[in-house]
Amino acid sequence: MSKKVIMTQEDMKRTLARIAHEIIERNEAIEHLMLVGMHTRGVPLAKRLAANIEHFTGVKIPVGALDISLYRDDLSSLNLQPVVKHTDIPVSVDGKSIVLVDDVLFTGRSIRAAMDALTDLGRPQLIHLAVLVDRGHRELPIRADYVGKNIPSSRHEEIQVNLEETDGVDEVAIIAVPVAKEGQ
Amino acid sequence: MMKSLLIQGGRIIDPSQGIDEIGSLLIIEGKISWLDKGEAIPPQPDYDVLHAQGLVVCPGFVDLHCHLRQPGYEEKETIATGTKAAARGGFTTVCCMPNTEPPLDNQTAVEYVKSKAASEGVVRVLPIGCISKGRKGQELAEMGELALAGVIAFSDDGEPAPNSHLMRQALAYSCAFDLPVIDHCEDRALTEGGQMNEGVISTKLGLRGIPNAAEEIMVARDLALAQLTGARLHIAHTTTEGSVDLIRRAKEMGIKVTAEVTPHHLTLTEERVIGYDTNAKVNPPLRTKRDIQALIQGLNDNTINIIATDHAPHTEADKLCEFDLAPFGISGFETALGSLMSLVHDGEISLVTLVAKLTHEPARIIGNSYDKLGTLAIGAPADVTLFDPALEWVVDTRAFASKGKNTPLAGERLKGKVMATISQGKLVHKDDSITIKKS
Amino acid sequence: MKTSQRKDNPTLQIKPKVSETTSIWRHHHILDVDDFTQEEIELVFHTTQVMKEVLSRPIKRVPALRGKTIITLFYEPSTRTRLSFELAAKNLGADVANLNASVSSVAKGESLVDTLSTLQALGADIVVMRHPHSGAPYIATRYIEASIVNAGDGWHAHPTQALLDLYTIYEHKGSLNGLKAVIIGDIMHSRVARSNIWGLTTMGAEVTLCCPPTLLPVGLSGQHRHLPSVSIQPNIELALDGADMVMALRLQLERQQSGLLPSIREYIQLYQLTEARLARAKPDALVFHPGPVNEGIEISPAVAHGPQSVINEQVTNGVAVRMALLYLIAGSQKQ
Repeated sequence: MSKKVIMTQEDMKRTLARIAHEIIERNEAIEHLMLVGMHTRGVPLAKRLAANIEHFTGVKIPVGALDISLYRDDLSSLNLQPVVKHTDIPVSVDGKSIVLVDDVLFTGRSIRAAMDALTDLGRPQLIHLAVLVDRGHRELPIRADYVGKNIPSSRHEEIQVNLEETDGVDEVAIIAVPVAKEGQ
Repeated sequence: MMKSLLIQGGRIIDPSQGIDEIGSLLIIEGKISWLDKGEAIPPQPDYDVLHAQGLVVCPGFVDLHCHLRQPGYEEKETIATGTKAAARGGFTTVCCMPNTEPPLDNQTAVEYVKSKAASEGVVRVLPIGCISKGRKGQELAEMGELALAGVIAFSDDGEPAPNSHLMRQALAYSCAFDLPVIDHCEDRALTEGGQMNEGVISTKLGLRGIPNAAEEIMVARDLALAQLTGARLHIAHTTTEGSVDLIRRAKEMGIKVTAEVTPHHLTLTEERVIGYDTNAKVNPPLRTKRDIQALIQGLNDNTINIIATDHAPHTEADKLCEFDLAPFGISGFETALGSLMSLVHDGEISLVTLVAKLTHEPARIIGNSYDKLGTLAIGAPADVTLFDPALEWVVDTRAFASKGKNTPLAGERLKGKVMATISQGKLVHKDDSITIKKS
Repeated sequence: MKTSQRKDNPTLQIKPKVSETTSIWRHHHILDVDDFTQEEIELVFHTTQVMKEVLSRPIKRVPALRGKTIITLFYEPSTRTRLSFELAAKNLGADVANLNASVSSVAKGESLVDTLSTLQALGADIVVMRHPHSGAPYIATRYIEASIVNAGDGWHAHPTQALLDLYTIYEHKGSLNGLKAVIIGDIMHSRVARSNIWGLTTMGAEVTLCCPPTLLPVGLSGQHRHLPSVSIQPNIELALDGADMVMALRLQLERQQSGLLPSIREYIQLYQLTEARLARAKPDALVFHPGPVNEGIEISPAVAHGPQSVINEQVTNGVAVRMALLYLIAGSQKQ
């Protein structure tokens, strides 16, 4: 297994600052904004973005946490059941401009599930997507509105996002996983 | 009738004659005609040879307690299938209980069983007659007529004899015929609705229990009545430590009591019911390790005279239901020796004791009116069982000759297997590995 | 009702110690609590919390079990438990059908095994079963591929009831370790008691059983590897001293008819949970009853409706717990 660091802590800091500025730029009515982080690492990322936005504008944006385990379409093919986590949306989603936040955008299925979950909770005015890494290989017509870094990758590679809050270190790395044998 | 057959070189164990040695025996025209030890060969020149090296050669097993279900319940078993199963288990004489439909409480019914056994039975069948008319426990059956018809004992088995007055009269009356009265000792008031032994496991599983006391109460009652009447009492399927103690004390007092125990009560505990396996549902129920220890002790000090299978076949559909609704019973002929051998392998009883409890001792209870049973004495009918005490095999109920596949031992590995059975000189069971060399 | 305790107290927001995936979950069926580990029970609590959040939404539905067919097979009448399961299943997006065994072909003599084969042929993924004979669900697991959820079998087990009872305590107290739990009533015939005894002892609670000796099953007073360790105290006042939770069991009136009790009147005199007796327990002790309640027999109306009673919460939590369990075993079905 070989590992190559794509983003250091400094890189990530600058990227998150830039995304925060982009969000501010595109959301004139900042009072309607809410960030919703997707478990697990989307949540601390959303919190960091909200902190950046508050730092730049003085406005405190509500941050929610969303668990999509109950909305996945691949439950029957997984080997292990994902543990459901808490969905905690502090204010109503009705009429809000929601920015979904996740660490890696890959097939797009998690985002589809997240949109289903959000629309079950109410009627947002719009939903945008912010991701730290876009690694390509979409299986659904889903695209991110705010992208930290595009990291083209092959299916045999794994993008590993580590955050201080969850993993003790800030780092984005690409890991070459040995090719899976036939029938695995 | 076969040609003369020499069974050569096996370990001959015949407790009736105190024989335990390597040797050979010769069967001519259905009788034991010669037996000698070591390399000796008989003077007669012309015989087939069955090589019995490595096998135990003993009298055919005698089962004092089994259910052949015919007449009335032929879907569960017939005399034909039951005796075939008995033969596979090494049994050459089986005594069938009268809880058939109609019950064996009159001469005609007994004659029916005897004639079926003669025409379709593969081993000797000796019937047991009812104590009471219709097994209803109210009036005495015509025990004299039954005795003349050839029953070897009286019992209402399946039911206890609940009425103390009736049991007393039955015991007294039986003295005229010198036949034992066999009681299934169970106080129904305590066991109504019971499914398994009352204890830790019944609490865990949420099943109504059958307490030890229910058996001991009736054992005590029957022993007192046997003392009062001087009759011959036989306690069927003894299962508890308390019962063993009562019987031991009664024998010390000179009461004429004999007792039996089944292979499953000697080897399986109530823990077999965990998982609600209906094949482990039997009455009296499987008990605890402590009871098993007492039963083994009872076998060794002859408090318990014999081992009897209580072979109780049921159809698969019968047992394929909720535990509460399943009938009681274990199909036991074909696993008896294999399961009992575990006691020998564990050093709990000796091989000679085991053979005695299956041959000589039950024959003594039956008596001599039916020929010399349970023995390899010269002139006795050639009922011979050959078994391999060390052969390991897996119980496959599909291979059973019995219609009853209801055993908790399905799929178990046992060590000890019947390899051949000869009933009155006829080879009625033979494992494929046994060869007979023609002369 | 003590709802205030949970929401305001941040320490009671359960922090899951569970890993990312439910590799600790080993159950393909829910038959009894006796083989649940502490970690598995905590996973149920955690998942239940999430399900409660779903139930607080305007749309109480998630598609997690979409496409699954859940059939309830009840051989004993029960409105509340069956409804609870039905709602749980529907909230997870499953398709639900009910077989009321007293009116269908079962009454005509169709055996349990035949009925199960029919359900399999109809494509049942999960069968929720209630049956008057102990062990029936275990037999079911041998004859059908679907997962079996035991909604009560004879005297033996009622695992979903025990888990919702445990969750209710957990929501109030944060942990069951060291809690003194008292169960009063007909232990012998109670599957709720049995399952609760297993669950409570696994989670570290100390269990005291209080009942007439004729209603106490054998073997519970000693130590045995097949049974959990409990205390027996036939005197209700002594039993209740310092209790953290008290469960009153329903007394079935036929117990007196079968000679196990001299009279209902005497039972009330000796074993009814009254305010005066409850006062011997801790002031924040919780009062449980699996329902339906015989007010005035095993429990006084004042206690049943009093501030310490969590009887209604048990019902609410029941739907959430059953949702959690259905989710967790649906996840085990691919193995």
